[in-house]
Amino acid sequence: MKKNLKNKLKNMTSYRKKSVLAYSIVILAFIIITIFDTLGFVTNSLYGQLVPICVYISLAVSLNLVVGISGELSLGHAGFMSIGAFAGVIASTVLQESVVVAMPRLFIAILVGGIIAGIAGVLIGIPVLRLRGDYLAIVTLAFGEIIRNVLNCIYIGMDEAGLRIATSAEKLGLDPINGKMILNGPMGATGIQKLATFTSGFILVLFTLFIVQNLINSKQGRAIMATRDNRIAAESIGLNVTNFKLTAFVTSAALAGMAGALFALNYSTVAPVKFNFNTSILILVFVVLGGMGNIVGSIISAAILTILPEALREFSDYRMLIYAIVLILVMLATNNLTFRAFIDKYIGKITRFLRPKKRNPDFPQKEEV
Amino acid sequence: MNRKGRHSSKEEINRNLKDFKGHSLIPERDIEDPPILEITNLGIDFGGLTAVNDFNMALGRTEIAGLIGPNGAGKTTIFNLLTKVYQPTRGTFLLDGKDTKGMNTIKINRAGIARTFQNIRLFDKLTVEENVKVGLHHEINYSLLSGMFRTPAYRDGEKDAHEHALDLLSIFDMTHLADAPAGSLPYGAQRRLEIIRALATNPKVLLLDEPAAGMNPSETAELMETIQDIRDRFQIAILLIEHDMNLVMGICEAIAVLNYGQIIAKGTPSEIQSNSLVIEAYLGKQKEV
Ligand SMILES: Nc1ncnc2c1ncn2[C@@H]1O[C@H](COP(=O)(O)OP(=O)(O)OP(=O)(O)O)[C@@H](O)[C@H]1O
Ligand SMILES: [Mg+2]
Repeated sequence: MKKNLKNKLKNMTSYRKKSVLAYSIVILAFIIITIFDTLGFVTNSLYGQLVPICVYISLAVSLNLVVGISGELSLGHAGFMSIGAFAGVIASTVLQESVVVAMPRLFIAILVGGIIAGIAGVLIGIPVLRLRGDYLAIVTLAFGEIIRNVLNCIYIGMDEAGLRIATSAEKLGLDPINGKMILNGPMGATGIQKLATFTSGFILVLFTLFIVQNLINSKQGRAIMATRDNRIAAESIGLNVTNFKLTAFVTSAALAGMAGALFALNYSTVAPVKFNFNTSILILVFVVLGGMGNIVGSIISAAILTILPEALREFSDYRMLIYAIVLILVMLATNNLTFRAFIDKYIGKITRFLRPKKRNPDFPQKEEV
Repeated sequence: MNRKGRHSSKEEINRNLKDFKGHSLIPERDIEDPPILEITNLGIDFGGLTAVNDFNMALGRTEIAGLIGPNGAGKTTIFNLLTKVYQPTRGTFLLDGKDTKGMNTIKINRAGIARTFQNIRLFDKLTVEENVKVGLHHEINYSLLSGMFRTPAYRDGEKDAHEHALDLLSIFDMTHLADAPAGSLPYGAQRRLEIIRALATNPKVLLLDEPAAGMNPSETAELMETIQDIRDRFQIAILLIEHDMNLVMGICEAIAVLNYGQIIAKGTPSEIQSNSLVIEAYLGKQKEV
C-alpha cells in the first residue's frame, strides 16, 4: 500500500507533485488550526486574521496565474477584488429574506462576486491583451483606481420598491423607515451581515487551488505557459496567443472577485479605500516573494506576510521597520543558491521558477526571428 | 519506426526531377498531384532594402528540397513570409491549392505549415514532453471546463496526448528526456525537439531553418537519416535551409540557390554543384565544398 503510493508519487509530473504539495499544506494547516482552536490555543488576534489569511492566499494564487503563469504584469487585482466584494455584499443583502440560511447565501454571494468580476475581466482583457509589452500593467493600474473612484460615488439602497442606485444619498430617495442602505459612497458597504467563517475561507482556498492548478495541468495551461515562454513560437504552432492570455486573466479576475466577496462578508463595514493601489501591490509582493509561477510559494508568503504585521504589534513603532527587514531577508534567502539547493532537495522543485534561465554561453541567442 | 522505406545512401535517392510550369522542378513521383506549395513572385521590402524579390518555387507533396545561399541572402526571410511572420510586399503562395492571402501565422500553421527557427525558440521552462504536447494542442479534445474540473474527457485526452508525445519523441530517441526542462537540453537536442514540436502540429509542409547548426558530424549524419525517415513516415514535404553542404547535397532532391534575395539557380545537387553562377556567388567562398 505504502509502496503503491510511493510509486504513484514517483510517476507524477512535477506540476502534479507541486499541486499535491499545495493541497497538503493547506489541509494540514486547516486541521492544525482547528485543533488548536478547540483546545483554546488560538489567540483572539489570530482568530480575527483567519479569514483575511484565506482571502489573501486566494488572491495571491489567482494573481500568480496572471503574473507567473501567463507572464503579464497586472497591477489591478484589488480592483477585481472590490468588484467581487461589493457585488457579493449586494447579493447577500438582497437575498437576506429569501435565503435565510447563512451558508447557501454566502455561497451565492461569492458566486455572484466571481461572475461579476469575471465579466469585468473580459471587458478589460479583450482590448488590452491584444497589445504587447507593459500596456496591461498600465491599464490594470488605471482600472483599479477608476473602480475605486467610481465606487466612491455610487449609492445603492433597497426598500419595498426594490434596488435603487444613485450618485448621492439624497438622490437615492430611500424609504426612511423600511429602506436599507447597502452601498454608501465613500463609506462603502455598511451594516453587512457577517457570513464568512474560517471553514468557508478554507474551502475558497481549496477551490482556488483546484481551479488554478488544474488549469496549469491542462492543455490550456500549457498553452498559456508556452505563450509566456515564447510568443512567436506559440503562434508558429497555431496557438491563439490572445485567447490564452485572456483565459488566464479572466479566471484570475473571477477568483479575485470570489475572494473579495468573502473578504467583505467578514466585516460589518467595508469602504472602497480598502481596495486601493497599495492592496494590489501587497498581493503582487506575495506573488513575487513566493516566486513567479510558484503556487506553494504564494500560499506561504501570503499567509506569513498577512500574519506578520499583527504578530509584530508588540514592537509598536518599529513594526513596519521589522516587517521591511523580514521582506529583505526573505528576498535574500530566496535568491541564495545554497538555500535554494537545500529547499530543492527537501521539498522538491518548488523554486524551479525562481532560478534564472540556464543558457548555453557558447550560443548566445539573437532576438530576431 | 518503419525503416523499410528509408533511403540508406545518397545513390539510392531518386533525383529524377520534372519541370513544373517552367519555373520549378518537382520529383517525378509527385508530378501527378498538384504541388503542396506553389509560390509565385513572392517579394518583400524592408524600407529601402529588397530582402526577397520575384521568388518562384513549387514543392512536391513528398519532396525534400533545399534553400541555400550566403549569409543575408534572404533565406530566413522566405520562411518568415511562408509562415506569415511577415506579410509579403508582392506576390503570394498557394498552400495545397488554396491562396494564403490574408492568413496570419496561426492560420498558416492550422492550414499545414510548421517550422523550426534558426535561433531556437523552445518553451524553455516547460519539459520536453510538454513542449511536444503544446504542439499537439489542437489534436487534444477537451474543453477548458473539462480541464478545470478534471473530467473523464480530460483524463482520456491527457493519456492519449502523453502516448502521442512519447511516440513523436521516439523519432529522435528522446523519450528518456521527456521530463527534462527544454531549456536545459544541449543545443543539438533542442534543435531536434523543435522539429518534433513542429511535427506534432500535423503539418503538410515542414520548414527547417538550419537544422544542423551547432551539431557535430555524427549528430548531423543521424539528422540526415531522420529527416528522410520523417518524410517517409509522414509523407510530407520538407524545405530546409542549411549551410552544411554535406547535408544539403546528401538528402535534398531539388535545390534553390538564393543570392541578394534573388534565385540564381535551381536544380539537382549535381547541377547546383557544377553551376558557375553558384560557385561564383556562394560555393566558391565556402570551406565545406
Ligand atoms: N525585420 C527585418 N527588418 C529589416 N531587415 C531585415 C529584417 N529581416 C531580415 N532583414 C534583412 O533581410 C536580409 C536577409 O536576411 P535573412 O535573415 O533572410 O538572411 P539569411 O539568408 O537567413 O541569412 P543567414 O544565413 O545568415 O541566416 C538581411 O539583409 C537582413 O538584414
Ligand atoms: Mg537565416
